[in-house]
Amino acid sequence: MTVRDRLADIEVVGLVVIGGFLGANARYGIGLLYPGLTGTFVANVTGSFVLGFVVYEAMYTDYLTDRGRLLVSTGFISSYTTYSTFAYETVAVEPLLGLLNVGASYSFGFAGVVLGRWVALRIRGGSRE
Amino acid sequence: MSESILLVGVGGAVGALGRYTVATIVEGDRFPLSTFLVNVVGSFLLGLVLFSDLGESVRLFVGVGVCGAFTTFSTFSVDTVRLVEDGHVWTAVVYALGNILVSVAAIGVAWFLTG
Repeated sequence: MTVRDRLADIEVVGLVVIGGFLGANARYGIGLLYPGLTGTFVANVTGSFVLGFVVYEAMYTDYLTDRGRLLVSTGFISSYTTYSTFAYETVAVEPLLGLLNVGASYSFGFAGVVLGRWVALRIRGGSRE
Repeated sequence: MSESILLVGVGGAVGALGRYTVATIVEGDRFPLSTFLVNVVGSFLLGLVLFSDLGESVRLFVGVGVCGAFTTFSTFSVDTVRLVEDGHVWTAVVYALGNILVSVAAIGVAWFLTG
């Protein structure tokens, strides 16, 4: 492994670490504003929208660099959203509310991704003019 | 307050790096296995921590930070939508239901182990 490769590895780790630090705190902040199921729901749905945008943007227009994507998606957004707290809260509440939580989080999360894709497509359309 | 930010942030950094490492090791051609694995393992670990009631600092560091960042909902959502787009509708259904059912089961096991 060359020095160059090693530096690149350190850079990757640094970007994921910084993104993780900030993303977890952003989720924590939202959790303080909206305690319980609501905060997790808000973080997961908004995060799915942003990640949907970033992933499809990569396929369509590719403005972001690989480094930017690592920081934003793998680091920040993936840490900002969470599955463990979502699953835990789902079993901690009454069964009916738990089912509702899964249904709403899944529907709005998937819709968020599709909306993010739509925005990425619009930007591609605009950049072609 | 600043101590909470540090606990959550450092935990988040550890969790994110763990998830990234799993993603580079685990291959998932037909099925997004690495996201499924981190979500189930992270849910199990969160269950262990919360059921053991180890105090606020541990909850912030391991629960909100490490487990929160190690597991991910956004990648799960994108994985599911992409499976549907690629025509693998049944894989998407199994993946979406599998994530919640196995994670809930893992939390159940954590409850059993700590009870």
